[in-house]
Amino acid sequence: MNFTEEQIIRYSRNIILREVGGEGQRRLLESKVLVIGAGGLGSPILLYLAAAGVGTLGIIDSDVVDLSNLQRQIIHFTPDINIPKVDSAKSKIKQLNPDVNVITYKVRLSSKNIVEIIKDYDFIIDGTDNFPTKFLVNDACVMNNKPFSHAGILRFEGQTFTYTPGNMCYRCIFNEPPPKGVVPTCSEAGILGAVAGVIGTIQAVEALKYILQNGDLLTNKLLTFNALTTQFREIKLNRNENCPVCGKSPTIKELQDYEQPVCELKL
Amino acid sequence: MELTINGKKEIIDKGKLTVGILLKLKDIQMPEMVSVELNGEIIDRKDYDKIELQNSDIIEFLYFMGGGNYGN
Ligand SMILES: [Zn+2]
Repeated sequence: MNFTEEQIIRYSRNIILREVGGEGQRRLLESKVLVIGAGGLGSPILLYLAAAGVGTLGIIDSDVVDLSNLQRQIIHFTPDINIPKVDSAKSKIKQLNPDVNVITYKVRLSSKNIVEIIKDYDFIIDGTDNFPTKFLVNDACVMNNKPFSHAGILRFEGQTFTYTPGNMCYRCIFNEPPPKGVVPTCSEAGILGAVAGVIGTIQAVEALKYILQNGDLLTNKLLTFNALTTQFREIKLNRNENCPVCGKSPTIKELQDYEQPVCELKL
Repeated sequence: MELTINGKKEIIDKGKLTVGILLKLKDIQMPEMVSVELNGEIIDRKDYDKIELQNSDIIEFLYFMGGGNYGN
């Protein structure tokens, strides 16, 4: 692949980095990353990966843009309200960087469709907001040897780790989704938009490092961020031999769909 | 006895101290939303009341975090 003159200028600040160079930029342009959820986490992830020149970006989201999303989902603008999030995100990515091939999936991810979708991608990023999907993404990626970035956010806090085959997975820490009754209700939840920006941006960095094969990934550790105290902590974690999906004698051998607690936000 | 809990050293003198008792002591409202790592290993929920903490143990409470909202 030869760079056009425009590409050399567009990516000059990448190429000038010794760890990227022309070879790394070529790798980025040839890479395929799947972003699950075009929301608070997905917005900065998609924008940074598109800007960096990731050649193919897949986006999964079944929702339309809602006014209440705009507080944190920075890829969507006010005129996008009621437009499918995947279409809104695609149009911003195309304006930012026409080099990027965007593939949209306006579907709800389930055990029926996830394997077929993830198989074409080099790296998967979980930017979803619910536990059923987080467990589904983990199980599908572990079973199919796909590296992925996990993240969760709540109020003023966030956490993220990166899975690559052979290392700790989500179920090594959290055996199964929390029981429905104890999941905080919407009114208790809330999230400072910029916290999603911090964590989503770290996920984008992880994807770029994975593609560039440079630096250390957040494998076998959980990075937590507390915005109120501005503290980052790195918690070392080991693969859990009792893990139901990647442990010594796995009990989960097939993908399963968990039920999503229904919640209406009342103000 | 001195414990390191979420990166902070704490002195707790309560005699016999199990993981279950520590969760109550720390006023963890929803233990179902927490995983406990003891000296680098995640411990099974059903062992919370069996495992006795020792001096200089390192404990991490890991919280379930979804997204900013649920559903939409
Ligand atoms: Zn595991």
